Amino acid sequence: MGSVLGWIIRRDLVLALRQRTDVMTTLVFFVIVVSLFPLGVGPELEKLRPLAAGVLWVAALLASMLSLGRLFAADYADGTLEQILIAPQPLSLVVLGKIIAHWLVSGMPLALIAPILGIQYDLTGEPLFVLLISLLIGTPVLSAIGAVGAALTVGLRGGGVLIALLVLPLYVPVIIFGAGAVEASASGIGPEGHLSLLAAFLLLSLVVGPLASAAALRISVE
Amino acid sequence: MPREHRNPYNAHFFPEPVLSAENLACSRGDRLVFRCVEFSLESGQMLLVTGINGSGKTSLLRIVCGLLEPAEGEIRWGGKRAKGLGEDYFAKLAYVGHVNGLKDDLSATENIRIWAGVSGTPVAPEEARDALRRLGLEGREDLPVRWLSQGQKRRAALARVLIAKRPLWVLDEPFTALDRESTATVEALLQEHLEGGGMALLSTHQELSGITAPLRRLGLDH
Repeated sequence: MGSVLGWIIRRDLVLALRQRTDVMTTLVFFVIVVSLFPLGVGPELEKLRPLAAGVLWVAALLASMLSLGRLFAADYADGTLEQILIAPQPLSLVVLGKIIAHWLVSGMPLALIAPILGIQYDLTGEPLFVLLISLLIGTPVLSAIGAVGAALTVGLRGGGVLIALLVLPLYVPVIIFGAGAVEASASGIGPEGHLSLLAAFLLLSLVVGPLASAAALRISVE
Repeated sequence: MPREHRNPYNAHFFPEPVLSAENLACSRGDRLVFRCVEFSLESGQMLLVTGINGSGKTSLLRIVCGLLEPAEGEIRWGGKRAKGLGEDYFAKLAYVGHVNGLKDDLSATENIRIWAGVSGTPVAPEEARDALRRLGLEGREDLPVRWLSQGQKRRAALARVLIAKRPLWVLDEPFTALDRESTATVEALLQEHLEGGGMALLSTHQELSGITAPLRRLGLDH
């Protein structure tokens, strides 16, 4: 059972490695959006500092959504999704593998590069570290929730817009507690409460996401 | 109405058909594609699904694979409902649909190995290459699939069936894009599979010349 998870993660990582432009698009999008704000708002650090957590989180959320379309659509188009659906393995396990792989190539790089971008906004010390931690806990939630939206819209024309409509409302708690953790840390309250709630979301979404996506895929692929 | 009668002599030796379909109906949208389709398949037998374009051949095969929900009726395996068997039923069948189910960015060998791994029965690279060689893909085993011709892709997809060692082969137009020589190879493999007690369900427009095993037909024309 564990080896099935290993195979599907390996498959998606190898594919991502061979289509590097797709992965880079997400990352470059994130960097550009975050860098545009100082240009628009002005370079005064007093103005930028309060924006930091919000901007970084919104950009991460949009970037992660940008890559959701590819999660199942490519597999649907070339028929490999059909083969996955009739593999004699629990479908939710395979979907979990795809979610993990999606996070490794889209969410994790965003989280790791975020502290460097945070410096532009004069984030330093503990808040910068909390930003990294909150993104590391929060981005897998985005992948897991996003997978449900991607599964529901696979095979639909114009699915991209529909994914946004379906998934963005569900992202709201993640962004509130993610950005909240950074702000709480900056104001000296301590980020533990926000981060614990974020971790609770992560556990919940890792259970519900694969199960719901698996059910949605069976319906969508008919 | 298309209806398959069971051979009384066969029924004597095999009291319970291995695969059977009862009173199947299929509708796409509001349109009824077919109804009252019945057939049964026993060890060593092959059923050829024929019919004009749009008569529901692909839909019937997809219903047998559990990819499509029939409007009425059900598929039974060894007398039990296939739907209730779930993954145990999927472990009995190998399917090649009208799309090949291959990843363009992976080589044929990688495609087969990953497919086998995700199915929970990993194979060694040599085993995968052997299967590809049997289908005449000598020297092409490690090229990215996007460099292969249509016929070669089809053969790579069929090699997957060979490696799976499952009793039921469900092949949707397996001979599309195949040249005469590879058609003969695939027919020989089918013959071998049937002689070994396997079963096959296939849709084709082509007359099969290389198969001597009992061949039955199911016409979907009304």
